[in-house]
Amino acid sequence: MEEFEPRIIAFLCHWCTYTGADLAGTTRQQYPPNIRIIHMMCSGAVDTIYILKALIDGADGVLIGGCHPGDCHYQTGNYKARRRVGILKEIFHQVGFTEDRIWLRWISASEGKLFADTVTQMVEELKKMGPNPMKKLWLA
Amino acid sequence: MAKGKKAEKSRDVLVVGAGIAGMQSALLLAEAGLQVHLVESSPAIGGYFPLLDKTFPTNSCGVCFMSPLPPAYCPIYESELHENIRLMTSSHVDGIEGEPGAFRVSVTQRPTFVDPGKCNNCVSCVEVCPVEVPREFGGGLEKRKAIYLPFPQAIPRSYVIDPATCTRCGECVKVCSPGAIDLDMAEQRHTLGVGAVILGLGFEPFKAELKGEYGFGRYDNVLSSIQYERMLSFSSPSRGMPVRRSDGRVPKKIAFLQCVGSRDPSCGQTHCSTICCMYAMKQAMITKERDPEAEIALFYMDIRPMGKDYERYYERTKGEYGIDFRRSAVSVVKQLQQTRDLLVTYVTEEGSFREEQFDLIVLSVGFTVSDEVKELAQVMGIELNEAGFCRTEEFAPTQTSRPGIYIGGTFREPRDIPETVVEGASAAAQVATLLAADGEKGVRDKVYPEEGALGEGPPRIGVFFLSRGHRLSDIFMAEELINHVQGLRDVVHGEEILVNAPSDGFDRIKLRIGEMELNRLVVAGSSLRTLRMDFGEMARGIGFNPSLIEYADLWEGCGLVHPQGFSETTHKAKVLMEVAVERARRLEPVKKGSSQISRKGLVIGGGIAGLTASLNLARQGHDVALVEREDELGGNARHTWYTLKGSDPQVFLRDLIEMVEGNPKIEIFRKAEVKHLEGSGGNYRTLISVDGQEKSLEHGAIILANGGKEIKPHEYLYGQDSRVVTQRELEGLIHSEDERIRDLKRVVMIQCVGSRDEDHPYCSRICCGHAVKNALKLKERQPEMDLFILYRDVRTYGFYEHAYSGARDKGVIFIRYDPDRKPQVISRDGDLTISTVDPVIGAKVELAADLVVLSTGIEPNDNRRLAEIVGADLNADGFFMEANPKSAPLDFVDRGKFFCGLGHSPNFIEDSIAQGEAASMRAGVLLSVGEIEQVDHVAYVNHRLCCGCGLCISVCPYGARFMDEEIWKAEVMEDVCRGCSSCVVVCRNGASQQHNFEKATVMAMVDAAVT
Repeated sequence: MEEFEPRIIAFLCHWCTYTGADLAGTTRQQYPPNIRIIHMMCSGAVDTIYILKALIDGADGVLIGGCHPGDCHYQTGNYKARRRVGILKEIFHQVGFTEDRIWLRWISASEGKLFADTVTQMVEELKKMGPNPMKKLWLA
Repeated sequence: MAKGKKAEKSRDVLVVGAGIAGMQSALLLAEAGLQVHLVESSPAIGGYFPLLDKTFPTNSCGVCFMSPLPPAYCPIYESELHENIRLMTSSHVDGIEGEPGAFRVSVTQRPTFVDPGKCNNCVSCVEVCPVEVPREFGGGLEKRKAIYLPFPQAIPRSYVIDPATCTRCGECVKVCSPGAIDLDMAEQRHTLGVGAVILGLGFEPFKAELKGEYGFGRYDNVLSSIQYERMLSFSSPSRGMPVRRSDGRVPKKIAFLQCVGSRDPSCGQTHCSTICCMYAMKQAMITKERDPEAEIALFYMDIRPMGKDYERYYERTKGEYGIDFRRSAVSVVKQLQQTRDLLVTYVTEEGSFREEQFDLIVLSVGFTVSDEVKELAQVMGIELNEAGFCRTEEFAPTQTSRPGIYIGGTFREPRDIPETVVEGASAAAQVATLLAADGEKGVRDKVYPEEGALGEGPPRIGVFFLSRGHRLSDIFMAEELINHVQGLRDVVHGEEILVNAPSDGFDRIKLRIGEMELNRLVVAGSSLRTLRMDFGEMARGIGFNPSLIEYADLWEGCGLVHPQGFSETTHKAKVLMEVAVERARRLEPVKKGSSQISRKGLVIGGGIAGLTASLNLARQGHDVALVEREDELGGNARHTWYTLKGSDPQVFLRDLIEMVEGNPKIEIFRKAEVKHLEGSGGNYRTLISVDGQEKSLEHGAIILANGGKEIKPHEYLYGQDSRVVTQRELEGLIHSEDERIRDLKRVVMIQCVGSRDEDHPYCSRICCGHAVKNALKLKERQPEMDLFILYRDVRTYGFYEHAYSGARDKGVIFIRYDPDRKPQVISRDGDLTISTVDPVIGAKVELAADLVVLSTGIEPNDNRRLAEIVGADLNADGFFMEANPKSAPLDFVDRGKFFCGLGHSPNFIEDSIAQGEAASMRAGVLLSVGEIEQVDHVAYVNHRLCCGCGLCISVCPYGARFMDEEIWKAEVMEDVCRGCSSCVVVCRNGASQQHNFEKATVMAMVDAAVT
């Protein structure tokens, strides 16, 4: 059987994590291709509906990347993201889905290596978890 | 350099040194429309900043707030991207002639042997290079090759060869596919005509090996704080975990040794380096966060967290983090042979010797000036002081001894980032003032052709793959990818374009836009930031709205980072292109509006800071309204008669007031106060009352400089016994030669009265200096007098340390006291007695005194009402709250509002002057821009869907939202909105949307990305 390759949708903030991902590229940090990046202006701009859509449509994991606490270019966007993701995870937990498919990480523009490491680690974890069961429900 | 012809007048500016101060100066001047040459001697810009993972007191980074017009990238990127900044790295100045307004400077650019225009960062050269040496970045903990990237986030992002270590074996030349390496590259000489020069030359960390007794350089587990800082960074080899170099183990017991190369005549470093206490505490805190088990001891002489909110940081380090602070001098460190543990011998405050074993030792190294900088100072013809730092006049903090050359940052005196940012701005203010005198406006307006109806018809998308260095077929199955993209909905054209520089491909694209009637573009290429700028410019140049371009990151985001084969990367590339096309289909041409700024500044408060701000703003060419509450200008400075560094504040103040009063651009309103303020971001209307009469002012910026005051003590018999006075009162008595101080036998000063206590949990910064100043004055008059200073920590930072040691030399006796055993002042039978416990002898001491002087702290004026009127925030202590304490220390969140002086924090006069100048520059940039261009992605409201719930108004961090009360629908102030999307996410009805980030657009992108 072919090895399961998880699909990750990443919402990255323009100023920090997206630039960090770019740095990972310019410094040639290698990481698995399972991630598809969607460029957002701020982690606080990530509506929970985007995360839900990605997971319901069959993504195996969602990564939200923002500036470190205190570094948000829009004052408090990352704190808003943190709360929103916290609540969403709680709901996931309550309805019986594992919340570990949603990752919120602070990665700055200078942390290209951290970005690459995070993606690598997330792919490994998701492989252990297996495919997102929501996909099956949807297709059933 | 070429002699002879006289240098011509120029409005260009040379900034030497691209650290925090240099970048701040450069960015501000560039934004104000001046052309800046930013010269840096190392191969990458940023100075010591890229080394710092986190900064105190917030333990975050936040340096991006330094940019004049937030939101912005890190200033390092911004310095590279700004069209008015010309970066010259690996360069040094080797000659200057001329005069202010017309200098001719020669600059030599050393060869880096790699052409940054060709290098595609593929790292093949690094793999084959046989030379390995310690990497300079991070103090030599890591290794690098002779060809290397100075550090991961280095800008300019190009590999360089270090000629000192390169063996010229030529291996790298063979493997370099774009042919970027030229081992015979010659140095280049440039001659620049500039009007002014700013030196942001920074510091060099003290060489810890000079303190041989600590074993740095001999013992593996003794690190300098520079090395430790690097180790704690998430991007370090140990991923931010502290480790022992000897065995890679995580250390359990760590000692920080303070004042290594500071306050130490034995190594010629007599000054205090000001920030080591804070950075050591930060490193200790981060260590505890990384490893909560770690036991940390910090050996120190005096703990000196004098900055804004730093005292609280100290308390947190002690309390919450449990760091063990030991007031002891470490005499020697020895390494134990077997374990490589370290044995520290130290003397406790009571005088007994102790020994203790540690796993790791961090030496908090001080600041010095490098030989290279000293040489440059000679070239520049500027004077240095005894410590080797730049000599400046106390009341002209950024003016060097040579007119037209200014400095900022640690080359003047060791200081932390907020002060460096302030001085960078202050030096820029001097230059803006100098070069504004010509009357010509600096702004170089560009004219773009009118945009047509592009983007309004159905989408016709053109997809362009830009290949530079690599070809598409090197990494992807190129034909399959292009075919796939051409088959996507609304895509009418797709092709690969080979470019050497981004501009190469523009002509082809322009041609295709015309031929194929393209109205939206997807550009799949490399190095996004610079590419987007170039493309946006190109598009505007032909009347193509730049918001109709979508970018796909096919190289750095896909092809170059995935080790897997062709088919996986090609598959991913297809998905990325689908996502980009989905967004492109929905892109709308955003017509960026702009709002005119009324070119006038309003300054509240006529003390030193406010006067300085007004004068500088006026000299930059702007109209100024200065509002002073009292009848008289001058503020607190009216009661200061001399300073610790020996200047006469009264003369300075008199001249300053004269210049302000004589400046035709400044209108002064005395006995006036602000009643009401409305408007935002560069357009304000303020109602002031002048002597009872109301008056309305329109202005683009507001600077709050309404000062602070001496705290009135309510202890130590103050107000009950006339022999108990405050330092400020004593200064008055000395000045007026009052008889009360004529025949004093013994004077006792008590520090920290109304500072570092429950009511005022912050350090007032100036009181230690104040006490030393008055003590020296008294001693000067009566050398035989007994003078005691009862203190908690002596905080004579920077060069004030010299005054402190001078006072001790003159016989002033310093006795420490503990806050829980405060001194008692007792009046008995007409005699005044002070009783205190001396921790050194561990016994009670009773001192009879003729005069008790209380070193009282500073508190801000009651700004609550003013803060409410102007919409500013106050911190817990009543000082103004900045947009970012580190890199935007004088800005409020609402751009257009600034502050300076004692309303910021307790400060010496020289700092208030620097702050006044800096605030004038921050405000001046805004006023000189003349109009604020809206950001690309402003929010908008679909009124049909808006229910008027007001959630978007409460969530907006910029106050860019309001309710249209007639129709009860939310509205957006487009010139204030910065496009953060908070309102979009919070809106329950989808009424709030953001241009080109509409929910439907993002959902479509998610859709394309998942499938």
